[in-house]
Amino acid sequence: MAKVLVVTSGKGGVGKTTTSAALGAALAQLGQNVVVVDFDVGLRNLDLIMGAERRVVYDLVNVVQGDAKLAQALIRDKRVESLSLLPASQTRDKDALTPEGVERVVGELREKFDWIVCDSPAGIERGATLAMRHADIAVVVTNPEVSSVRDSDRIIGLLDSKTARAEAGDKIEKHLLLTRYDAGRAARGEMLKVDDVLEILAIPLLGIIPDSEEVLRASNLGCPVTLHNPASAPARAYADAARRLMGETIEIVVPIERKGLMSRLFGRSVA
Amino acid sequence: MSLFGFFSRQRTAPVARERLKFLLAHERALDGRSDLAAILQEEILAVIAKHITVDRDKVHVKLDRGSSVSTLEIDIEMPGAPDLKGG
Repeated sequence: MAKVLVVTSGKGGVGKTTTSAALGAALAQLGQNVVVVDFDVGLRNLDLIMGAERRVVYDLVNVVQGDAKLAQALIRDKRVESLSLLPASQTRDKDALTPEGVERVVGELREKFDWIVCDSPAGIERGATLAMRHADIAVVVTNPEVSSVRDSDRIIGLLDSKTARAEAGDKIEKHLLLTRYDAGRAARGEMLKVDDVLEILAIPLLGIIPDSEEVLRASNLGCPVTLHNPASAPARAYADAARRLMGETIEIVVPIERKGLMSRLFGRSVA
Repeated sequence: MSLFGFFSRQRTAPVARERLKFLLAHERALDGRSDLAAILQEEILAVIAKHITVDRDKVHVKLDRGSSVSTLEIDIEMPGAPDLKGG
């Protein structure tokens, strides 16, 4: 049965779009039929991170408003056959997405795909609540930093009250994905530790993504990090997270990226 | 950088952790979400207020959940001479 997964966080810039692209690609590589849907109407970026920005013709708003058929708006990934993208619109109209329209489109997507990965916009406004509305599973992306943890807590509250599942008295499955984690700084007491964030937010951990230069490199090239350099620390962490979503039990390790002496010295001196 | 600066730069994470725990306990209570520490804080305050006049801000309830042991820490700062009601 199809699963709708929302990637959400409250705070902006924590890695929602990176995560949507990386997890979507990793699930597709596991043989799943996956669509990644950009809900950030007006500020679309998932197309850019996926490297499909020049292939956008129709978008989510066109489909929601009935101006295009779903099949016309879906963009098939050129690297992984079972991966598709439904881009957001660049319109400035905040009310372009209607609850009824989104419900209809998500229903149609459920018939075509195994996974519908919804990339939520930041904030707690309409776009964010519509992105989580029909979710079965939520991945709460959090940085080990006070404002991100606070906003994640707020989003967890919304997931438990404003989603279709919550309103029907059902539980929504929630997972924490800790991104931009620096094990060295956490060990030195300069950054919240994994256990600190877990204790505060009290939802199960899906994975720890290390702070890594690979993420920027992959986004420069318009390629999900899991496809760009599968051997890199963040790619392996995302691939493991995807397998956990598929029900596999894989031990969660705190990732350590091997750095050269120069980058170590340089990294320390500016920290 | 002075030696003091070097050491004081370290270990700011525990401060972040405590600030967050305190803040979120209150924000969850305002949101109507049950939070054991916030509920305990209110109820303990109510019991104490029956006998002693204390400042709301001087009552701290902290709950630490560990894998084997959990601790409940209750810290009540009393006024210089306790103003006992009715003894």
